[in-house]
Amino acid sequence: MLVATRAPFGVASGSCWFGFHLSRQEGSLDLLNAIVAFANFVMLPAVAYGSQLALGALGVTMIYGILRFSNFAHGDTMAFGAMATILGTWWLQAMGVSLGPFPTALLALPAGIAATAVLVLITDRLVYRFYREQKSAPVILVIVSMGVMFVTNGLVRFVIGVDEQRFADGARFIITAREFKELTGLKEGLAIKSTAMLTVVVAIIVVALLFWFLNRTRTGKSMRAFSDNEDLALLSGINPERVVMMTWIMVAALATIAGVLYGLDKSFKPFNYFQLLLPIFASAIVGGLGNPIGAIAGGFVIAFSEVTITYAFKKVAGYLIPAWEPQGLVQLLSTDYKFAVSFAILIVVLLFRPTGLFRGKAL
Amino acid sequence: MTLKPRDMTLFLVVFALIAATGFLQSWNVALGILNMGLVSAIMALGVNMQWGYAGLFNIGVMGFLALGGLSTVIISKPPVVEAWDAGGSRVIFALLVGTAAIVAAILAWKRIPAGKARAPALVAILVVGFFVYRWLFDPAVAAIEAVSPARAGNLGGLGLPVLVAWPVGALLAAGAAWVVGKTALGLRSDYLAIATLGISEIIIAVLKNEDWLSRGVKNVSGIPRPVPYEIDLQNSERFVERVSGFGFDPVTASTITVKLAYAGLFLAVLLLLLWLAQAALNSPWGRMMRAIRDNEVAAEAMGKDVTARHLQVFVLGSAVCGLAGAMMTTLDGQLTPSSYQPLRFTFLIWVMVIVGGSGNNFGAVLGGMLIWYLWVMVEPLGVALIGGITAGMPDGFWLKEHLLETAAHMRLLTMGLILLLVLRFSPRGLIPER
Repeated sequence: MLVATRAPFGVASGSCWFGFHLSRQEGSLDLLNAIVAFANFVMLPAVAYGSQLALGALGVTMIYGILRFSNFAHGDTMAFGAMATILGTWWLQAMGVSLGPFPTALLALPAGIAATAVLVLITDRLVYRFYREQKSAPVILVIVSMGVMFVTNGLVRFVIGVDEQRFADGARFIITAREFKELTGLKEGLAIKSTAMLTVVVAIIVVALLFWFLNRTRTGKSMRAFSDNEDLALLSGINPERVVMMTWIMVAALATIAGVLYGLDKSFKPFNYFQLLLPIFASAIVGGLGNPIGAIAGGFVIAFSEVTITYAFKKVAGYLIPAWEPQGLVQLLSTDYKFAVSFAILIVVLLFRPTGLFRGKAL
Repeated sequence: MTLKPRDMTLFLVVFALIAATGFLQSWNVALGILNMGLVSAIMALGVNMQWGYAGLFNIGVMGFLALGGLSTVIISKPPVVEAWDAGGSRVIFALLVGTAAIVAAILAWKRIPAGKARAPALVAILVVGFFVYRWLFDPAVAAIEAVSPARAGNLGGLGLPVLVAWPVGALLAAGAAWVVGKTALGLRSDYLAIATLGISEIIIAVLKNEDWLSRGVKNVSGIPRPVPYEIDLQNSERFVERVSGFGFDPVTASTITVKLAYAGLFLAVLLLLLWLAQAALNSPWGRMMRAIRDNEVAAEAMGKDVTARHLQVFVLGSAVCGLAGAMMTTLDGQLTPSSYQPLRFTFLIWVMVIVGGSGNNFGAVLGGMLIWYLWVMVEPLGVALIGGITAGMPDGFWLKEHLLETAAHMRLLTMGLILLLVLRFSPRGLIPER
């Protein structure tokens, strides 16, 4: 357990101090190593993934709150937004534009949002509006959204194909595992991916903007009023078509941002976005459909459970209980069963609290 | 209810389309489409029971089909004796322990009065149960999967005739549906959709990863057939003599005979199910289901237990899907877990039901056969269409290359468009409910 002997060459004097410290207080350093390993493999990925899920769930929950149906096309709207942004990124890269340490995709993002907004507005005009005017049952709209999903999915495959696309450029890491080890002298490294950090920062900005918009602006207030009581909102002179249009534009923005962040952090593959549908809906339902704060909370609940339960704790356990040499990976569930985690949480919520953690529909 | 002349014409059109394929391309292709069309019709019948009779939105069809497919492996493959010796009984014991933990948790929740002790007791039972289960399960699985992994690596099955697997597949799917329905029915309609979406993804994940059960992505091939093998027919002197007497080539004749035998089996099952479904729909039970669908509040006021009836019809419909899944795997002769794609095995079935006419069993059958035909045909048509469009473009032009490359994805777009157009302009489908 002597870390100092294994430390890389050219360690800073600080690490010597740690190494010296180690010889006396091995236990506390093991604890630190365990915490760093946990942060590196569980906390950071879960925070990034949770932000992506939260943004996706916000879109789903807004559609549910204002248009009153579960939009199954949301995953593919995210894929479309990401695709549009990727095309923009490629164009920018071909023009020789870059953002230095930041991914070029950030520059292309507004164009991606605009393209997605055009797509969803056309879809609404051609498809959803008819059923809204008919006052169709929500379940009909769900089936309609399934058709839209098919078409959007086909569109994405048609334009960009089914293969995996990587479009992240700029700096890969804010701090690499090696740098972290050299800095602290710990055995475990903490690698902070720039895309993960970017995800979190962008998510915070977007959520802050969204809540400012919903709570402070006239349009936002009219949207909330429409969600709370449609008839009353109509009586007080709120234009429903305008509310619907604003909702779609905001959903397009949320979906595109979520899709691009997910694509930057992992990679872009159209089918993955379809598979995100389950965790996204689980997040929205766990938080309480129609409730934006719930959607954010739900996203993090799902992400943390998924990453924690599918992470192999062998390393962390090794630091915490050095005498114990676990035979397996100390993994509760293999990563192939990550859907099972969202599903199990969903079932538990449905059984014990069907309205979600944050009751009520307060958009 | 009998078929109207118009409906008969529609059925004839579909058969004419298939027959045209037979004349223009080959009878093997046509019969292949017919067989899968018959299976699709059964899938559509199952979904129609849930959606058409009761308005339940199930988007986990794929999972129920896969369970049916699993049953063919469990029932008809010969047992792998070494694997059973290595850990068969231990795996089953572990599964029993796992189930017992869940049952104990449910009992604890029901028996212990609400208070401070209940939630911790529930969690404790589940956590301890999970670790005991994994402690028993993992070594047993490792032992089984170590038995000649290239050839087997799984437990195999019971070695029974494959036809037994069909009703067993229905039972497996019904069991899964009961669990899902019990939790998600009685809540908002969207919740059932999400829950079924989840269970289907999990079932596929289980098939892909539990090698001891289904060999995972190594696939199970060589599932026994209910019909003779082509090679046996070709080696049978009587068969060769007879078909040669008609002037057919024995090899082609054998493949066509096998396909016809499948078609006969599938048709028999389809007609039986259709008769049962029609009888159920026209019985007081069927009228009650539709009354519940059209006005739940009124039906409840009349003393009908809406949630229980929903559960009933959901389980029944899923069982039909399980049966169809077992038939499909029997037809393929192999279980390929990675081939289960939701767009193909869930949403396409929905397109069949909606296009055919939700609430009408004949509509579902028609939709199943027609949409399957289109699904098979759209790809070559799309490629031909794109070929026509790009014919004028110079070779090596990027747009031409791209279009030709992606022509295969026309299917999804077309199916989505068909679904949207039918929903918009003819929401009652080709053969409407009456």
